[in-house]
Amino acid sequence: MGRYVLRRLLQLIPVFVGTTFLIYVLVWAVPGDPFAGMCGERRCEPGFIQMMTEKYNMDENIVVQYFLYLGNLLQGDFGTTFSGLSVGELIELRYPVSVQLALVAVGIEAVIGLAAGILTGLYGRGFLDNLVLVATLFLISIPVFVTGFVLQILMGFELEWFPPVVGTDPSFYDLLLPGFVLGSLSMAYVSRLTRTSIAENTRADYMRTALAKGQPKRRIVGVHLLRNSAIPVLTFLGTDLGSLMGGAIVTEGIFGIPGVGGLVYEAILQKEGVTVTGVVVLLVIVFLLMNLIIDLLYAVLDPRIRYD
Amino acid sequence: MAVQSMSGTGDLGEGTGVVPDAPLLEVEDLFVEFHTRDGVAKVLNGVSYHVDAGETLAVLGESGSGKSVTAQAIMGILDVPPAVVRSGAIRFRGEDLLKVSDGRRTELRGQGLAMVFQDALSALNPVFTVGFQIEEQLRVRLGMSRKDARKRAVELLDLVRIPNAARRVRQYPHEFSGGMRQRAMIAMSLALDPELLIADEPTTALDVTVQAQIMDLLKELQVERKMGLILITHDLGVVAEVADRIAVMYAGKIVEHADAVSLYRNPGHPYTAALLESLPRLDLKGTELKTIRGLPPSLLAIPPGCPFHPRCPMAEDRCRTEVPGDHRLGLGRTSKCHFAEELVGRV
Amino acid sequence: MTDPTIATQQADAGGAYVTALEHAEPTTGQPGRPGKPRSLWSDAWRDLRRRPLFIIAVVVILFLTVVALFPQWFTSVDPNHRDLTRSRQPPSGDAWFGYDVQGQDIYARVVYGTRWSLLVGVAGSLLTVLIGGTIGLLAGYFGGWLDGLLSRVGEVFSGLPFVLGGIVILNAFRSTGVDSALALVGMVVLALALLTWPISMRIIRSAAISAKQQDYVKAARALGASPWRIIFRHMLPNCLAPVLVYATILLGSFIAIEATLSFLGIGLRDPAVSWGVMISDSRNYIRVAPHLLLFPAGILTLTVLAFVMLGDAVRDALDPKLR
Repeated sequence: MGRYVLRRLLQLIPVFVGTTFLIYVLVWAVPGDPFAGMCGERRCEPGFIQMMTEKYNMDENIVVQYFLYLGNLLQGDFGTTFSGLSVGELIELRYPVSVQLALVAVGIEAVIGLAAGILTGLYGRGFLDNLVLVATLFLISIPVFVTGFVLQILMGFELEWFPPVVGTDPSFYDLLLPGFVLGSLSMAYVSRLTRTSIAENTRADYMRTALAKGQPKRRIVGVHLLRNSAIPVLTFLGTDLGSLMGGAIVTEGIFGIPGVGGLVYEAILQKEGVTVTGVVVLLVIVFLLMNLIIDLLYAVLDPRIRYD
Repeated sequence: MAVQSMSGTGDLGEGTGVVPDAPLLEVEDLFVEFHTRDGVAKVLNGVSYHVDAGETLAVLGESGSGKSVTAQAIMGILDVPPAVVRSGAIRFRGEDLLKVSDGRRTELRGQGLAMVFQDALSALNPVFTVGFQIEEQLRVRLGMSRKDARKRAVELLDLVRIPNAARRVRQYPHEFSGGMRQRAMIAMSLALDPELLIADEPTTALDVTVQAQIMDLLKELQVERKMGLILITHDLGVVAEVADRIAVMYAGKIVEHADAVSLYRNPGHPYTAALLESLPRLDLKGTELKTIRGLPPSLLAIPPGCPFHPRCPMAEDRCRTEVPGDHRLGLGRTSKCHFAEELVGRV
Repeated sequence: MTDPTIATQQADAGGAYVTALEHAEPTTGQPGRPGKPRSLWSDAWRDLRRRPLFIIAVVVILFLTVVALFPQWFTSVDPNHRDLTRSRQPPSGDAWFGYDVQGQDIYARVVYGTRWSLLVGVAGSLLTVLIGGTIGLLAGYFGGWLDGLLSRVGEVFSGLPFVLGGIVILNAFRSTGVDSALALVGMVVLALALLTWPISMRIIRSAAISAKQQDYVKAARALGASPWRIIFRHMLPNCLAPVLVYATILLGSFIAIEATLSFLGIGLRDPAVSWGVMISDSRNYIRVAPHLLLFPAGILTLTVLAFVMLGDAVRDALDPKLR
C-alpha cells in the first residue's frame, strides 16, 4: 500500500510539471508586448519594465524562466504581484472560502443526488422516476450562470430566503444557495449515476444469492445493494470535489464571494501572470492529489482493485 | 416484499402448514410466463416433480427448457415482473410456498431450501469476504455472535474441504480459484442446514477434473445429511452416477420422468433418446456423433401439438396437432410422447 | 445506461434477464419478425424510433439546423438595427422577445445567434473527437511506450481545471488580435478541443484495446494486414458507438460552455453574436429587464437539452445490456 502511494506520487511529478509548464507558457509566452495595458491607460515607465523583466527573468528563454519559477515555488515562494503583494498571502486569504463553498456544494449534491438516485433506483418506473429524469435533464442543460442568476433573483432578492450576495467570512447558511448553484450540474449526474448503479446491481447475481440465503429484504438492500452501488458514486463525488475546489469562477462572481476563482479571474484580465500561475499551480496540485486519494479510496471500496 | 423479522430460528414444523408424511418437495402443474416487449413467453407449461429426503433428482434439459426457472420459482427468487406464476403449487413438506407469507418464505430460504448457483464468481458478492457472506446468515438468522459465526464459517469451509480454511475465510471471492469458489458457495448454502438443496448447473463453469470433485462432494454431503438434492444440468454425463431419478425438460414441460437406470437403458421419449445418442460413448468409438437437428422452439411461439415435433425423427401428423399427455411406462415412469410405449418396447 | 428513460419501456430490463428468451430469440417463425439479419445499428434504430424523447430531440435539432442555415426565413428584422428609444422594452406583438439595452430586437438576434452557438458545438465536438480519436487509436493499437507517452500527455491536459484552462488559453489567443467572426469561433473551438480531447482519447483507447483483443482482429494481423487497414477496417467501426454517444452529449455541453466563456467576457464577441454573448450583455440588467436573459437562456437550454436527450437515447439504444 505504502509503495503504491509512493509510486503514484512519483507518477504525478511529470503530469504536474507538464500541466504547470503548459499554464506558464500560456500566461507568459503570449505574443505582443507583455506590458500593454498593464499600467492602466498610460504606458508603463521604463524603470518599472526593467525591474519586472529582471525580477521574473523575462529576458530569459521561457523554459529557463519556468524552472526558475518552479525552483522558487518549491521553496514555498509564490512570488509577488506587480503591485508588490505576496501571491502566497493572497491565496491564503481567499482560498478558504472557496474550499468551504466546494464542500457545501458537494455536500448538497451528495444529499439531494443520492436521495433522488436511491429512491428512483429502488422504486423507479413511475411518476417519481419521470420527475427526477426531467429534473436531471434540465439541471444538465441549464448553464450554471443562468441557474445562478435566476436563483439569486428568486430566492435572494424576491423571496429573501437567502442572502443574495455573500461577503467575506460567510456562514454555512450564506453558502447554501451558492453551493446549490455550484453543485447543481453534478447533482444531476450523482442522481443518474446512483440510479443506474442501483438498477444494475439490483439485477446482479449476488443479489439473488442473498435472497436465496434467506436474508431479509431490508438487509439485502441496505448491505449488499447499497454497498456495491456506492463505489462509482463515491468516486464521482470525490473527483467532483477535486474539480470544484479548482475554482468556481462563475458562481463566486454571481454571489460576490471573495474566493480564489474571483482572484484568478481578475488576475487574468489584469495580466497578473504571477498570480495566475501561482493559483493555477496550486489548483493543479489539489486536483492531482484529490485524484490520487480517489484512486486509493476506490481500491479500499472495491477489493478487486489491486495495489499493483 | 414485506420485511421479515429475525425470528426464523425455531423448528420449521411448528405452527405452519407443514403436513407430516408429505414429500419433501412437490411441484405440481406449475405455469410461469415472462412478459416481455416481444410478447408473452410461456416458460413453464405445467411442470410437476417431487423430491424426497435423501434422494437426488436430476433435472435435465437444454438452455431455455425452463429447468432453472423452475428452481428459481421454488426458491421464490424469480424476478417479478417480468415473471408471472400463472398457476400451480410448490409444496415444501405439504405447505404451499406460493400461498405463504413473504416472511415465512424468507424463513424457509436457507433453512428449508438452499441453492447453489452456476457461476459462483458472480453469485458471490465481490466486495465482501467469503467469510462475511457465510457468517451473515448465521448472525442474522441464528443470532450468533461474530466470533461464533466466524468459527462456524471456518468449520463449513473445512467441511467442503477448502484447505487453509482459517485463512481463506478472510479472503474475497476473486482470490479463490473456480473450484474453490464453488466449494465456498456450497459451504454457504449449507450454513443453515437445509433439508433440500438445489444445485443449478453447479459444475458447468468448471474444468472437467474439478467438475467430478464437486459432484462427488455434493453427493457425499447429500448422503451424510440426508438432504433432498435437485441437480439441474444440461449434461447427461454429469448426472449418470449421482441421480436417483431424472426429469427431462423440453419447452417448459417434463417430457420424460424416470429412474436413472431405466432412463439410460431404455429412454421413453425421442428427445431423451436423442440426448443419449449425442453423448460421446467409448463403446461406439469411431462412429459419427449424432446431434439433434434444429433449435429449441421460441417460447414466444411454441409449436402446436407436441413441442418437439419439428425436431423429432418419429414425428407423424398427429404430433403436429395433438398435445401428448403423460404415458405411464411403469412405476413412477412417464413420457409425453404418443409413441412412448413403442419406444420402450423397441429394445 | 445512465438514463432513466427505460422507465417508459418496462419490459426491456426484464427481457435482458430471461435466459430462456435469449435462446428463443434467434429462431425463425416469430410473429411479425422476418428473419432478416439484425446488427447493432439496425437494432438500435428500431429501438430509437420508439423513444419519444429521441423523436422530440431530433425534431428540435433539425429545426435549429434550419434556423442556423437560413435565419432570414424566420425573421425579416435586421438583428443589428439599433433604436435606443425602445431600449429594454418588454416582449410585445412587434418583438416577441422584446428589445435589448441598445434597442435591438431580441428575437431576431436569437435567430441569427443560432448559427454561432451551433457552429461552436458542432466544430468543437468534431475537432475534439478527431484529435482524441486519432491519438486514442494510435495509443490503443500500438500500446507500449507510445501509449504511455500519449496517455501522460493526455493527463497533462486533463489536469487543467476546465473553465480556468479555457480562460487562460483564450486570454493568450486574444492578444493575437483577431477580429473576424470565424476566427473568433475558431479560437473558442480550439480552446475547447485542447481541454477536452483526453476524455475522447480515453474512450477510443479502451475501445481500441478491447477490439484489438478480438479474435477477428488477431486473425487479420496474423494474415499480415497492415496496421492502417486493421485500424480503419476493423477497429474504427467498433469504437464508433461509444464515441458517437459521447460526441452528441459533448456537442450540447460545448454550446453551454461557450455561453459560460462568453459570459465571462472571453468567449465569442461581436460580430459572432451567439446566445452566450447576448446573455453576457444582459448581465447588468437582469433584475430590471429579465427578458434580456430569459429568452436567449431559454433557447440555449432547449438546445442543450435536445442534444443531451439525443445522446442519452442513442446510448441506451446502443447499450446491449438493456435489450
